[in-house]
Amino acid sequence: MARPSDHRSPIPPRAGVGLKPQHYRDILDSAPDIGWFEIHAENYMGEGGPPHAYLAAVRERYPLSLHGVGLSIGGSGPLDKDHLGRLRVLADRYEPGMFSEHLAWSSHDTVYLNDLLPLPYTEETLERVCTHIDEVQEALQRQMLLENPSTYVAFAETSMSEVAFLREVVRRTGCGLLLDVNNVFVQATNHGFDAAAYVDSFPAEHVGEIHLGGHDEDEDDDGSALLIDDHGREVADPVWGLYARVLARTGPKPTLIEWDNDVPDWPTLFAEAKRADAVIAERRKHRVAV
Amino acid sequence: MATGGAELEGAFARAVLEAGAAVPGPLVRKAGGTPSRRFGIYRNNVYASLIDVLANRFPVTARLVGDEFFRTMARVYIEKDPPRSPVLLRYGEGFADFAADFPPAEPVPYLADVMRLEWAWHAAYHAADAEPLSLAALSEAVGGAAEARLALHPSLHLVRSPYPVITIWQLAARDGENEPARLPAEGEDALVVRPKLEVEVRRLPEGGGAFVLALKGGASLQEAAARAIDESSAFDLAANLAGLMGCGAFIGVGAEA
Repeated sequence: MARPSDHRSPIPPRAGVGLKPQHYRDILDSAPDIGWFEIHAENYMGEGGPPHAYLAAVRERYPLSLHGVGLSIGGSGPLDKDHLGRLRVLADRYEPGMFSEHLAWSSHDTVYLNDLLPLPYTEETLERVCTHIDEVQEALQRQMLLENPSTYVAFAETSMSEVAFLREVVRRTGCGLLLDVNNVFVQATNHGFDAAAYVDSFPAEHVGEIHLGGHDEDEDDDGSALLIDDHGREVADPVWGLYARVLARTGPKPTLIEWDNDVPDWPTLFAEAKRADAVIAERRKHRVAV
Repeated sequence: MATGGAELEGAFARAVLEAGAAVPGPLVRKAGGTPSRRFGIYRNNVYASLIDVLANRFPVTARLVGDEFFRTMARVYIEKDPPRSPVLLRYGEGFADFAADFPPAEPVPYLADVMRLEWAWHAAYHAADAEPLSLAALSEAVGGAAEARLALHPSLHLVRSPYPVITIWQLAARDGENEPARLPAEGEDALVVRPKLEVEVRRLPEGGGAFVLALKGGASLQEAAARAIDESSAFDLAANLAGLMGCGAFIGVGAEA
């Protein structure tokens, strides 16, 4: 019997988009030239019906990346074994080229909060996150990618930078990283650091995927800018600029356009993906020229 | 003071879920001061996203009561019964029962049944797939033994209501708002099933609700027909079987008792 890994289509170093139910028909009918699709794993944890029928049809034609939003890897309690089992079932069924999750928590006790909540960066949380990632990689029998978060508050007890924390997680667990460039930009604004310095210090050699999404602009109590990672619009221009800077260090990488709220029509979303592909193509030209 | 462990996480979770709870002490922002506005983003994300989940799952309900009422009711429900699983596809099953006891919704007595119908639609949409039984196989089973037990499609749901729940649901789902609602006086029993990819909602004929309820409980055809006749002497077994067959309600012939 063939091993599942024999059938995993690798995710190509080009643009992909999040697969949305409102685009199923457009995608199957127009067969767009796009590198791959990503799904939120939890949306496909029903038993059957149209979601699985369409996902199976899309998967026949394109590579797929599985992105979890509910595992609560940064949570203080043990990982939900049932949820890990559900992820395993999905991974076995659809043979995704990648699996990623977040440096965040979303469940406490038995309540699921449906948001990616922040954690302090300390030796204690580092150990906890590494233990959880070991468990995920063992259960899924593959390397996972861990995504940097967008946050609105910081913790007094944090004792190391986010990049140092992520580097150490990679060193201890062998996981890869998903660099969300919009999250870097949002956090840099919210916490007052230099986004370029953050991406320049990011361990580029461990980046397996990049996320680009839109954010909303708000104001803090004191009138200073406060950005909200809402995935509800186009990618902002400064984020495109930061993305080009990241690619210069990482080389071409699978890049996802995330547009999860106020989802646009298919041509609009596809156009964003083409824009990312153009940045990647530009990067390749540079590389050849150098 | 709380550390990065369960204590801080618990304080954070409580402050997110409970209106008026204090922002946990160990949180900071670079500019100084308590980051209450920033913490409010998390509160808003959690509630708004869960309310949106329910609004997408109960769209006709939201139309019936209006967006503002719906979002307020959903918020109270979430506070009382938050999700217990990251699989939000399962969230909201108890929302109809909650609404039935939600005092502000009392003037809309049929609301909870419309919500049960919407939940049944959602559950049928995501239910396991199964191939409906062929007419030949069904005929054989029915002709062979009245004691035969039929396996129902895993997507099959029954919503019995003393109100004309299907008619209300259909009228409210329409875009044209001006149509005078001429409602039947009697209640309606709805059968919800998804034989292939499309969810179907059927109005069951007299006695049909009792018949399907009995079949769901594992009764044989004969037992189920007897219960249906008890409820309505107008029950027509052949017509009910044909209707159920027509929407793919049966997937197999079970063992005889």
